[in-house]
Amino acid sequence: MRKFSLLDGLVVPLDRANVDTDAIIPKQFLKSIKRSGFGPNAFDEWRYLDHGEPGMDNSKRSLNKDFVLNQPRYQGAQILLARENFGCGSSREHAPWALEDYGFRVIIAPSYADIFFNNCFKNGLLPIKLAADKVDALFKSVEANNGYKLKVDLEKQAITAPDGTEYKFEVDAFRKHCLLNGLDDIGLTLEHVDEIKAFETKHRAAQPWLFA
Amino acid sequence: MSEKTLYDKLWDSHVVRQDANGTALIYIDRQLVHEVTSPQAFEGLKLAQRKPWRTASMLAVPDHNVPTTNRAAGIADPISRLQVETLDANCAEYGVVEFKMNDIRQGIVHVIGPEQGATLPGMTVVCGDSHTSTHGAFAALAHGIGTSEVEHVMATQCLVAKKSKAMLVKVEGTLGKGVTAKDIALAVIGKIGTAGGTGYAIEFAGLAIRALSMEGRMTLCNMAIEAGARAGMVAADDTTIAYVKGRPFAPKGGDWDKAVAYWKTLHSDAGAKFDATVELDAAQIKPQVTWGTSPEMVVAVDGRVPDPASATDAVKRGDWERALAYMGLKANTPITEIKIDKVFIGSCTNGRIEDMRAAAAMAKGKKVAANVKLAMVVPGSGLVKQQAEHEGLDKILVAAGFEWRDPGCSMCLAMNDDRLAPGERCAATSNRNFEGRQGQGGRTHLVSPEMAAAAAIAGHFVDVSKE
Repeated sequence: MRKFSLLDGLVVPLDRANVDTDAIIPKQFLKSIKRSGFGPNAFDEWRYLDHGEPGMDNSKRSLNKDFVLNQPRYQGAQILLARENFGCGSSREHAPWALEDYGFRVIIAPSYADIFFNNCFKNGLLPIKLAADKVDALFKSVEANNGYKLKVDLEKQAITAPDGTEYKFEVDAFRKHCLLNGLDDIGLTLEHVDEIKAFETKHRAAQPWLFA
Repeated sequence: MSEKTLYDKLWDSHVVRQDANGTALIYIDRQLVHEVTSPQAFEGLKLAQRKPWRTASMLAVPDHNVPTTNRAAGIADPISRLQVETLDANCAEYGVVEFKMNDIRQGIVHVIGPEQGATLPGMTVVCGDSHTSTHGAFAALAHGIGTSEVEHVMATQCLVAKKSKAMLVKVEGTLGKGVTAKDIALAVIGKIGTAGGTGYAIEFAGLAIRALSMEGRMTLCNMAIEAGARAGMVAADDTTIAYVKGRPFAPKGGDWDKAVAYWKTLHSDAGAKFDATVELDAAQIKPQVTWGTSPEMVVAVDGRVPDPASATDAVKRGDWERALAYMGLKANTPITEIKIDKVFIGSCTNGRIEDMRAAAAMAKGKKVAANVKLAMVVPGSGLVKQQAEHEGLDKILVAAGFEWRDPGCSMCLAMNDDRLAPGERCAATSNRNFEGRQGQGGRTHLVSPEMAAAAAIAGHFVDVSKE
């Protein structure tokens, strides 16, 4: 997994609540058996005017100029500013794969759906929770200022705005450690093989029918 | 604190190790696998030269991409076909039991797990699919996971997790005529919102829940994720045990008696503490219909499409306005005046035998309305289809003008060829009414099978509690 520690990135505001993973990456792109290449189809139905299918040359498709990701001032954005319950719905990890492949490294929202939130950390993507009034203030700042960037420091758990305002955020210690060091869970879990085996033996004795 | 919730019991009996920061390793008893969220996990295993920890804990089935007609001809879309073939190849390589597309036992992963007895009380169940919450109906701890976690469980038989908070949703009283588990689920979501259960495991309890069949309990737990909760669950009782008995993967002989004795302990203790409690009176729940693009945008069938002017804040008002524009609806329209173009009865929410029976009972001796272009019934599995045909339900439905299809996820998410055209309006028994979910530009109204079948006959929504 790609490490994450510091970012000074352009922010794009996606001003709607309950953005679901079907919207982040529509189902037809889930037919891929790969983990990469989903970026051009992130938010496909909002981003393009035509219907997207796998294998299309996305550079030749007509863009929905009204969609925020297509506006010239937000090109190259690495921080997605969003509203409540971001990433709800389907568990598809293709959603964080698409956001990461598009170029996002950080999402800032008041709340996330649980599965999506988990999936982000497995893919070098940092989902930050900030109080709704702070997110609201950021929306106003982004919209009012061209080229609005934020500095995100995972080690210090702090976001710094151009005017010097600092927003502290919480992050689970284990997830922080994994992100900072680019560690995958599987290797870490396999350090506890003996404990897993011991548990399994005990579990098998208690509920043998689970192992029949 | 000695009184435990059902969730405490399920959690405690699976903790392999607990770290000081709250992170735990949880042992997984059953991993269900489908073609969409597993190829990258198998590939990850291969690249790291790892093997699945316990293949016997896995059960695989293709369901999202499979066609629901002319299956003998195979899958026409080459990308869909490759995904299903990849599942077949991975299962063959690692020795994972798979019910292939033309196996009578094939079906939607959340239908076949319980049907086979592969989902048992007391288990931890995971699948790379958010509707894994369905299996909680069996007093199991079941939730959806991402593909990285699918690979993690394959490689280690464990999941890295933090314990959720516990929510009790208590539904007392008796459901009225024509009101179903689906209506309870939608009413709960309408009450607490699609993020109301975020961070919680929900236990559904109360007289109305006890009175539900296993099919009904599965419908309810299936929709827990639409309330934001990764896991929903119902305590084990005689209904649970009777359902499991004799199924192919269920315990046999002496194991059966031991298992039943254990399963009878799978309920919340009297006095157990929940972090949140929500109460509903079953008698007050009416048939529900969603009007917008989130399952929380729901009203009773005798209600009206809400007016964004009445929304409590600006973000919500914007969401309602966008939803009404997408759905092509005007504020204050009575729900029963909304005409539909298509009907979809099926999915992991409502694709079980009871759902087929409910649809057939509504359709018997009647005809699908002229304005309804397509009314399709998609059984949740080959065995559900077989049972329905044995009962003659297919003949009733076909005589009424419904199409009777082969099992799969179908138009719940429209990954195969079953989908809405832009602007088409559908009464669907599935679980999500998101923009584009059933096809780009398609408009979905979530309802129960009774409501969907009645809408197919009338051509618009009708109140089945008054039929």
